[in-house]
Amino acid sequence: MTTLFTVMIAGYVAGALGALLMGEGVIGRGAVALGAFMGSAAGLVLGVSAVISGQSFTFASARMLPLTGLMLHVDGLSAFFLIVIGLLGVAVAVYGFGYSAAYEGRYSLRMLGAMLNLLLLSLSVQVVAANALTFLIAWEAVSLSAYWLVLTKHDQPETVRAGVWYIAMTHAGFAALVAMFLLMSSGDLTTSFATMRANAATLSPGLRNAIFLLALFGFGAKAGIVPLHIWLPMAHPVAPSHVSALMSGVVIKMGIYGLVRVSLDLLGAGPAWWGGVVLGVGAVSALLGVLYALMQHDLKRLLAYHSVENIGIILIGVGASMIFRSYGLVTLAALGLIGGLYHTINHATFKGLLFLGAGSVLHATHTRNMEEMGGLIKRMPVTACCFLIGSMAISALPPLNGFASEWMVFQSLLGGFKIPTAEVAVMMPLAVAMLALTSGLAAACFVKAFGITFLAIPRSREAEHALEAPLSMRAAMVMLAAACVILGLAPFVVVPAIGRLIAGLGGLPNTQVEFTLGLSLSTPNGFGRMSPALIAGGVAMLLALVPLAMLLARVNWKRRISDSWGCGRIGQTPRMEYTATAFAEPLRRVFAELYRPTKELTIDFHPESKYFVQSIGYRSEITPWFDTYLYDPFLWFMRLLAGVTRRLQSGSLHAYLVYVTIALVILLLAARW
Amino acid sequence: MTGYLLEIGQALLALLLAPGLTGFIGWVKARLQGRRGAPPWQPYYDLRKLFGKEAVISNTASWLFRFAPYVIFATTLAVTMLVPLIAAPLPFDAIGDLLAVVYLLLLGTFFLALAGLDPGTPFGGMGASREMTIAAIAEPTIALAIFGLAIGAGSTNLGRIVAQTLANPGAVINPGHLLGFAALFIVTLAETGRMPVDNPSTHLELTMIHEAMILEYSGRYLALIEWAASVKLLIFFSLLSNLFLPWGVATTFAPGALAVALIALIAKLALLGLLVAMLETRLAKLRLFRVPELLGVSFVLALLSVTSSFLLR
Repeated sequence: MTTLFTVMIAGYVAGALGALLMGEGVIGRGAVALGAFMGSAAGLVLGVSAVISGQSFTFASARMLPLTGLMLHVDGLSAFFLIVIGLLGVAVAVYGFGYSAAYEGRYSLRMLGAMLNLLLLSLSVQVVAANALTFLIAWEAVSLSAYWLVLTKHDQPETVRAGVWYIAMTHAGFAALVAMFLLMSSGDLTTSFATMRANAATLSPGLRNAIFLLALFGFGAKAGIVPLHIWLPMAHPVAPSHVSALMSGVVIKMGIYGLVRVSLDLLGAGPAWWGGVVLGVGAVSALLGVLYALMQHDLKRLLAYHSVENIGIILIGVGASMIFRSYGLVTLAALGLIGGLYHTINHATFKGLLFLGAGSVLHATHTRNMEEMGGLIKRMPVTACCFLIGSMAISALPPLNGFASEWMVFQSLLGGFKIPTAEVAVMMPLAVAMLALTSGLAAACFVKAFGITFLAIPRSREAEHALEAPLSMRAAMVMLAAACVILGLAPFVVVPAIGRLIAGLGGLPNTQVEFTLGLSLSTPNGFGRMSPALIAGGVAMLLALVPLAMLLARVNWKRRISDSWGCGRIGQTPRMEYTATAFAEPLRRVFAELYRPTKELTIDFHPESKYFVQSIGYRSEITPWFDTYLYDPFLWFMRLLAGVTRRLQSGSLHAYLVYVTIALVILLLAARW
Repeated sequence: MTGYLLEIGQALLALLLAPGLTGFIGWVKARLQGRRGAPPWQPYYDLRKLFGKEAVISNTASWLFRFAPYVIFATTLAVTMLVPLIAAPLPFDAIGDLLAVVYLLLLGTFFLALAGLDPGTPFGGMGASREMTIAAIAEPTIALAIFGLAIGAGSTNLGRIVAQTLANPGAVINPGHLLGFAALFIVTLAETGRMPVDNPSTHLELTMIHEAMILEYSGRYLALIEWAASVKLLIFFSLLSNLFLPWGVATTFAPGALAVALIALIAKLALLGLLVAMLETRLAKLRLFRVPELLGVSFVLALLSVTSSFLLR
């Protein structure tokens, strides 16, 4: 284990150094990819072997940790997140080799490669951190390296704006986390998690509530829950695509990791309202995430909003688990948490895949605007196939992985009628309905995303002449597509594994005994049974049998290729196609109350007669209401505050000396008191 | 062994009965409107004819366009083996529960909508957009109806639900059950493209949904899609009748019980068919943007159904 851990660290460090020393060119890119690949692969193996052996390890070697006060410990939950990081890290490393070639000479590849490895390194340290200090250092390293990566294309104003929002939001969260850990460790940040866990029960209820709320804010800002998600749809599109994949797949999952670690593990079981708040926030994030995703025609921004949605789905599972835990329904609590964690790894694979797919499209067409794409399925068959698999997985269609985990979350919510308090129990059907609506809308959104991007006639010259992605990029996408399929077909392996590693977390039972697992997956007491593998097998068999039966029945196999039917009109142009905006129009009308779109129609009539129209201009914009009602007033207030504070900055040395003296006196008095 | 034979039997039965059901509704509708109408077995002729014709494919379509009809047909057929048409519990009961059934059908809809976009004609895109909108908005009602049924039966598995209702006949008249039935009935109209949501007998109107998506299909592809659509109608009808009124469904695999079950199934389908035909003659098609209101009603019904089961437990 220690060897694997050392290899992991060494890989990332070598990758980072390689980037800085070798610089641009194929050797530099190779060094970056090799380092990141080695590190991720070692992390993946480390996680898997920790899950299989079911043991936890502490790394306390003084040689490895020159800074005193750092503590590393791998337990079940860390091992799970190491797997998530490793799985996506491997794919991203391979993809990055091909993808960053296009950046050569334009942007700093040294910085990109070094920061990519640093990000992976700090993520891996983050999940094995065993005390607050280590955790916070790793957290800050993740934030800063991700910030550098977001700023890769630093010459575009859009990027700078996204970077500012990201760094501001993540630091607001960081402040909350520091406060939280200070409260929890009564001021000593080097207190180990084990001690905190032991002491948590002795804290007063008010303090525990404060810790939970700070955790929800701090981790929520990272995870991108509504309304703290604001940075996410800005930062993800502007980052290089493999970085977007990593940010969406892993970095925001650190919020989930932290929340589970603190509110379930360290604090133990909490009151029901904790779970209620998490469930509520999750349901709202899921629904609003997908609703805003539907309105995007920037492919990567659309995917970014879907990250908000999927974080919501994960939190629905985690929240349901917390509610069940508080009523002592531990089996259902385990089911909900397994569902949430299962969706975490699934989202990492399919969203990683989709971002890599979007990257390949961007690489080929040089645009993120879906209205300028189309017909790419013929020019880029591998990318299209992979993107289709990702689209089906995120829409929770069987037999892919999104379906398996959403099924688990559904099943845990359906157990909600066992909750004795009617007011709380009624939350469950509402959550079921919101989750169902979310998955239906996600399917609609991905029909749009895949259909407009890859199908029909190319809408621009770039799309018409698009070239398939190079080998390394294709390989990475195929790898993740395979992971989506395997994770989807084999919940009977994944679910018991997750069940084992959460056993004991906040007093959850070992689910090993509760889940009957043959080839089909069955929830406790036989409430639901389902087997994705057999469904897939059945559908595949029918897919083969139907043409066979048609052959035996001697149907007419002739096929003629001809023009599309055009109501008597000859010739078909891309301008006649349905656009992404038009596709989403019915839903925009249905949810008009939420979107409140602005509409601006200018018609230029012919001066002679108003029956002849010379040109029509139509412009419609949707500003998310949290921008208008939450962030705009907040920013206004901050500016006001800054204006007031500015008066303190007189520039006179005497004034500053007075300030210092006053501060010193106050501090002395405070210390004395 | 009998169980597995019965599974195959159910799938074949669904394939056999489905066009007849569609034809029957059309025939009753014609009669109610004072027309003679095509005979109920007309869809069988149509299918035969379509399978015998050559297929014309749009030159802008990709492989997905040719692949989609098979996916739609295969997923629908797979569902017929999970749904209790004449017997419950079936051996495949553990393979897929009610949630799996819903998402398998959604998989078919997903591919149908993609196929609608593929040729790049405005009609196809229009149909795809509308179909996905309605499918998405219908989803919460379906989930809540499942929730209601699952609370009563203590399981989402179809066999268990049927067995549980048979064991407690009194449950059928409780308000939750009835409200759930009403909610799922409205969703059935929406999901299978019947009036007042979509007009199945329209071609080339700006209001069409299902027909718009499949406008570019011909020959064997069209036959597969039409057949799958009628099987989907049969699936929804059987869910409505066998989950809410399970009498007649065979609980043993004895030939006598199966024969009774077959007759009961046909009778229930005919009854629901009659109801739909009557509705279609009495109701005008809703404007597309009024459809969400109708589905909103079904959602509220489903929510009431679940809450009442909570209160009455």
